[in-house]
Amino acid sequence: MIIRRRNLLGVAVLVALVSGAGASWAADTQVAVAANFTDPAKEIATAFKAQTGHTASLTFGSSGEFYAQIAHGAPYEVFLSADADRPRKAEQDGLGVAGSRFTYAVGRLALYSTTPGLAVDGGAVLANGKFEKLAIADPAAAPYGAAAVQTMKKLGVYDRVRGRIVTGTSISQTYQFVQTGAAELGFVAWSQVITQAAGSRWLVPSREHDPIEQQAILLQAGARSPAAKAFLAFLKSPAAVAIIRKYGYEAR
Amino acid sequence: MAEVIWTTLRLAGVTTVLLLLVATPIAWWLARQRSWWKEVVTALTTLPIILPPSVLGFYLLIAIAPQSPLMGLLHPFGIRTLAFTFEGLVIGSMVYSLPFAVQPIRNAFEAMGARPMEVAATLRASPLDAFFTVAMPLARRGFLGAAVQVFAHTVGEFGVVLMIGGGVPGKTEVISVRMYRLVESLQYGDAHRLAAGVVVFSFAGLLAALLIERRADRKLR
Repeated sequence: MIIRRRNLLGVAVLVALVSGAGASWAADTQVAVAANFTDPAKEIATAFKAQTGHTASLTFGSSGEFYAQIAHGAPYEVFLSADADRPRKAEQDGLGVAGSRFTYAVGRLALYSTTPGLAVDGGAVLANGKFEKLAIADPAAAPYGAAAVQTMKKLGVYDRVRGRIVTGTSISQTYQFVQTGAAELGFVAWSQVITQAAGSRWLVPSREHDPIEQQAILLQAGARSPAAKAFLAFLKSPAAVAIIRKYGYEAR
Repeated sequence: MAEVIWTTLRLAGVTTVLLLLVATPIAWWLARQRSWWKEVVTALTTLPIILPPSVLGFYLLIAIAPQSPLMGLLHPFGIRTLAFTFEGLVIGSMVYSLPFAVQPIRNAFEAMGARPMEVAATLRASPLDAFFTVAMPLARRGFLGAAVQVFAHTVGEFGVVLMIGGGVPGKTEVISVRMYRLVESLQYGDAHRLAAGVVVFSFAGLLAALLIERRADRKLR
């Protein structure tokens, strides 16, 4: 019995050494992904596994909730946020590894409606006011919401449409408000409507608002994880960038 | 912050009053009906307990959006949509809290039995008269219980108001939604203040309701 236990210990030490050295050992990494990046993240994880053998276990949710969970000890190793503020704060607060933060995608804003001919180029509908409700994401919490407000201010229509704005807590909920027809118009993410053939949509020129930077950061739980580091490295690779662009984001 | 609290209390108050009016005839009918298919109605009125608020909110959103056939009926009256309005929120809250109003009132009517109404009838009270002067006073604990539960349930609701409210300040932004947005935008200081306030207020409110019920109970004996 004692001998057997020693053997087990030996195996455990061996496993620890091998995985610690990070050689060709396939490992798993826990990644918290902002909900708006769900589809590209899944495709990237598949490509990541094919190339490195590592598995990225993805959890999707709101960036604000993730931040709160990470601050209270959630075991995520990588955080793909929907904005730059939360990763920056994670770095400042020591939750993230200093220097590991980078922009993995830049979101584009779109004005969208399920009604054909409503959300046309230039957003003329905002000025002529032929709608009842305009959905945007909460400007205090979601960068797409802040970008929507900036765009309307720049177009000089913000004060006119203000009373008709309804806010979704996330960009997904904002999209849902428009998709169900509850709001005729909405500022959503271009990535949400890129494959949408029905209705009408206007890709807002990026000069109308500050860039919607989505940043990634290595968290303390992943500081020693080769799989986590490999995932972040893969996120910058041409293969991942191609996937990110395909889904309607810009990437460098 | 005061505006959000006021909207929440107004929503809970209006919902409670209207829902008691709607639930009373349903509860009465359920308490007196003998046929098997009353269970269909029971199941329907109990459904909101089982349905996740997100499911309920999703259907409600579709039902009160401009394209819905239901809203089509209201178009002649100048109402195109109830989504993102206070009125829409009241309707949503009423559906959501329906079981919490029907159950206690129905139980109270059932506990009363048929006898008091029969006695009232022999004394030549019309059924309506007997209902207001005999049945309702006898069932007052059921009404009180229903009112407390509906009010509390409406203050605490989150999923439904999130789906159909749209967080319009002064109209549809309630405490639970504001709380979520504060946490979401990392404003933890304000979140702490609001959360602590809600806990203290809710505890005080519940305690007050229980003490009132206790006193009413004593008087009854």
